[in-house]
Amino acid sequence: MTNPFFIFLAALGRPVLGTFEFIGRPSYFAWQGLKGAFSRPIYFKMLRKQMIEIGYFSLPVVGMTALFSGMVLALQSYTGFSRFSAEGAVATVVVLSMTRELGPVLAGLMVAGRVGSSMAAEIGTMRVTEQIDALTTLSVNPVRYLITPRLVAGIIMMPFLVLIADIIGVMGGYFVSIYALDFNSTNYIKSTIQFLEPIDVISGLVKAAVFGFLISLMGCYHGFNSKGGAQGVGRAVINSVVSASILILISNYLVTEMFFTK
Amino acid sequence: MSKTSKIKLKNLKKSFGKKHVLTGLDLDVKKGESFVIIGGSGTGKSVLLKCILGLIQPDNGSIKIDGVEVSDTKERPYEKFGMLFQGGALFDSLPIWENVAFGLLHGNKMYKDEARILAIEKLESVGLGEDIADHMPSEMSGGMQKRISLARAIATNPEIIFFDEPTTGLDPIMADVINDLIKKCVKEIGATAISITHDMASAKKIGDRAGMLYEGKLIWTDNVKKLDKSGNEYVDQFVHGRAKGPIKWVVK
Ligand SMILES: Nc1ncnc2c1ncn2[C@@H]1O[C@H](COP(=O)(O)OP(=O)(O)OP(=O)(O)O)[C@@H](O)[C@H]1O
Ligand SMILES: [Mg+2]
Repeated sequence: MTNPFFIFLAALGRPVLGTFEFIGRPSYFAWQGLKGAFSRPIYFKMLRKQMIEIGYFSLPVVGMTALFSGMVLALQSYTGFSRFSAEGAVATVVVLSMTRELGPVLAGLMVAGRVGSSMAAEIGTMRVTEQIDALTTLSVNPVRYLITPRLVAGIIMMPFLVLIADIIGVMGGYFVSIYALDFNSTNYIKSTIQFLEPIDVISGLVKAAVFGFLISLMGCYHGFNSKGGAQGVGRAVINSVVSASILILISNYLVTEMFFTK
Repeated sequence: MSKTSKIKLKNLKKSFGKKHVLTGLDLDVKKGESFVIIGGSGTGKSVLLKCILGLIQPDNGSIKIDGVEVSDTKERPYEKFGMLFQGGALFDSLPIWENVAFGLLHGNKMYKDEARILAIEKLESVGLGEDIADHMPSEMSGGMQKRISLARAIATNPEIIFFDEPTTGLDPIMADVINDLIKKCVKEIGATAISITHDMASAKKIGDRAGMLYEGKLIWTDNVKKLDKSGNEYVDQFVHGRAKGPIKWVVK
């Protein structure tokens, strides 16, 4: 292997193979997990538990995030737009920003921190304490039992969560505009609805489903493959949150481009 | 005892990186037989069981269950197997009775009420009362967790049962109860068992045959009664727990 050509080839090949593995392994894992949703047995109890965990218990943190984002959005656009006397656009800016961008992205990041991390910790602990091996020896496929319900729950529940976040965010903007910035309530509501298209909301909900899938996938993938005791579980948690957050931001751009540039 | 092989291993090899754990292990356990594996800590006893169970993929060699070659896949006829993990491996998100009934509920598709009754029966057979059935595993002591785990392993009356250190961490009386229970499982159900133990009294009680794992192979296998007078200096040293002898604890 001293031939410079081979050395060159190896130097070229290693990152390429590494990239394939980096993308390929989680993709294969995701496929295995999703496949489980289309055949028996389906563990409905686990699915319900995860749906409640993602959809219900994330409500307070997502609601708070949306509320204050909507409020600050109204404040910022008002003070900014008043420089060129465009205060009238505040309502439209708030509703478009919330539904298209801030609702899904902020909810996604918060849920990644709250739910993705707990998935990684729980599944990672099950891995290092041999509970996943125990599932296998008890004739239960651990991917079906642990991964499929989480992926499905993520895809289903995130759009609901984001829809609520959208509403709360717009309400936050409304309250600031009415009570702090002296807007007229009827006019504000009118201009909120006036320029809002269904695609604005729908694109946000599609994003939410994609983010929900990515959050669950990263939590499950890193947890399932964790090794090396408590330290390994800690690493899995960090990796799940960081990778989910980055994937959310990347896919956010891609979905936006898919919807709004022709 | 019938002569058909239940589990047959040939030239089984497994390494983790540069660490050669199993180096060509042969083993033939007959149907209805209880085989005991002894050997020093870290010699690969648990790895051996996990290879047979398909939880670890061996590098080389043949594994036959009921004459069927399975070494090239991860699939196993799990309905035939029961496994007591060394660390218990109880599901900490499920109450105790559901842990014990897990195989019945999901493998055998039994109804909840029925499974619960059977689970409580199994708990009683390992010396635990109905009152703990709805508690969580984390509320139990180490020895109790071990027994719950044992109850889970035998709940489905499997044909093949592996016990990884079933009596470690139990008091002498409870250890003897568990030994009796394992004997009963093997005799009554006609199960084939492989047990790992460091306890010579337990080995003699539950085993028909014993084997000593050393440097990745079974260096000695014979009737358990011969454990004390094996004539093998490695086995002698291990059984009598002597620091001096051919087995050296290499400090790395
Ligand atoms: N997943 C793994 N990755 C790397 N090395 C491993 C793995 N599992 C086991 N080993 C190594 O294989 C060797 C045998 O481990 P094993 O758990 O089988 O020991 P053991 O004989 O059961 O010991 P003990 O009596 O202490 O339980 C050990 O040196 C261990 O470090
Ligand atoms: Mg062990």
